[in-house]
Amino acid sequence: MQRTTLDLWVGLFVLAGIGALLFLALKVGNVGGFESRDSYVIKARFANIGGLKPRAPVKSAGVVVGRVADIRLDPDYYEAEVVMWLDAAYRFPIDTSAAIMTSGLLGEQYIALEAGAEDKMIAAGETLRITQGAVVLENLIGQFLFSQQGGAEK
Amino acid sequence: MGVATRFFGLTLMHSGICMRRPQLVFNEIYNAGVLSLIIIIVSGLFVGMVLGLQGYETLQTYGSEEALGILVALSLVRELGPVVAALLFASRAGSAITAEIGLMKATEQIAAMEMMAVDPLARVVAPRFWGAVISMPLLAALFSAMGIFGGYLVGVVLIGVDEGSFWSQMQAAVDVREDVMNGVIKSVVFGVAVTVIALFEGYDAPPTAEGVSRATTRTVVTSSLAILALDFVLTAFMFRGV
Repeated sequence: MQRTTLDLWVGLFVLAGIGALLFLALKVGNVGGFESRDSYVIKARFANIGGLKPRAPVKSAGVVVGRVADIRLDPDYYEAEVVMWLDAAYRFPIDTSAAIMTSGLLGEQYIALEAGAEDKMIAAGETLRITQGAVVLENLIGQFLFSQQGGAEK
Repeated sequence: MGVATRFFGLTLMHSGICMRRPQLVFNEIYNAGVLSLIIIIVSGLFVGMVLGLQGYETLQTYGSEEALGILVALSLVRELGPVVAALLFASRAGSAITAEIGLMKATEQIAAMEMMAVDPLARVVAPRFWGAVISMPLLAALFSAMGIFGGYLVGVVLIGVDEGSFWSQMQAAVDVREDVMNGVIKSVVFGVAVTVIALFEGYDAPPTAEGVSRATTRTVVTSSLAILALDFVLTAFMFRGV
């Protein structure tokens, strides 16, 4: 085989391989996410986060507006502190409330933001005041059984 | 094992020649990569098509056939792409490397090189090592891409899963760093393992016809086992969950 044809094939092969990698990165995967785009950080404290995980979506009216960046236990309050990235294109009032919801009955958990009515917008790094933690199914069943029992005694 | 590790270290130390004479590496990329292209592309396409059919059958019972894209893409990018491509690579290119070096030894070409003060590690082994290690991730990426295309052909074109949700669910579920990068890391590790085993078996083979044939068999068996064992270890480290 002549050297030029061989080099041509090697070049084509390497190009095809890099093309396949780019295809996987751009068409199949989601590049970057919100960290690399224009974004800002807000925090929220929850009594219970249930099964929320880092990288879970933050939605407002069902639209994905950000992602959970970090979850840790706040040692002062013994509550979970959730740090999330929000897309800079979306600003929320300071009395926005955050709730941990589940998509479907068995789906993944996400944070739902409900915009408030204040004129002042929340700034980067601030903490949401009104939060509602995850609904823990065991507690719910416990409460249900307890209320059933109470009803029977009457 | 110890000898193989020392052999690997010596190969790395003698890799300087690949910088000075890149043509040697190009030749080996041609031998290991370009000639494996057909088998990788065809088998990738068929693996993806089978995944599409089987996945559709199962997902259909739960009424979630839109998740077909996720199933095909994740299983290919994370596992099947690197592993199956590496297994094919071991039997297609690894065996060829072993047989070539074993025959070089049997016909005393390697001894002749030593006589001419040409280091066979630098002239024969190192270019093959780098050629194969460069080819492997590219082949695995091609395998995954062809597999996803195969899954698309069966799922969307043939069966009629909605095209938009096929791609968008796939994009929502596949993460570039977590899935694609880990797949690439896996394929690089497999490439190094397969090539070192192939080169070592060839270099270590008794210089007889029987010795070369046995060494070739051992290459395929050992590197297949090494790929599967390494895959378990790497998967345990990468996808242990949060």
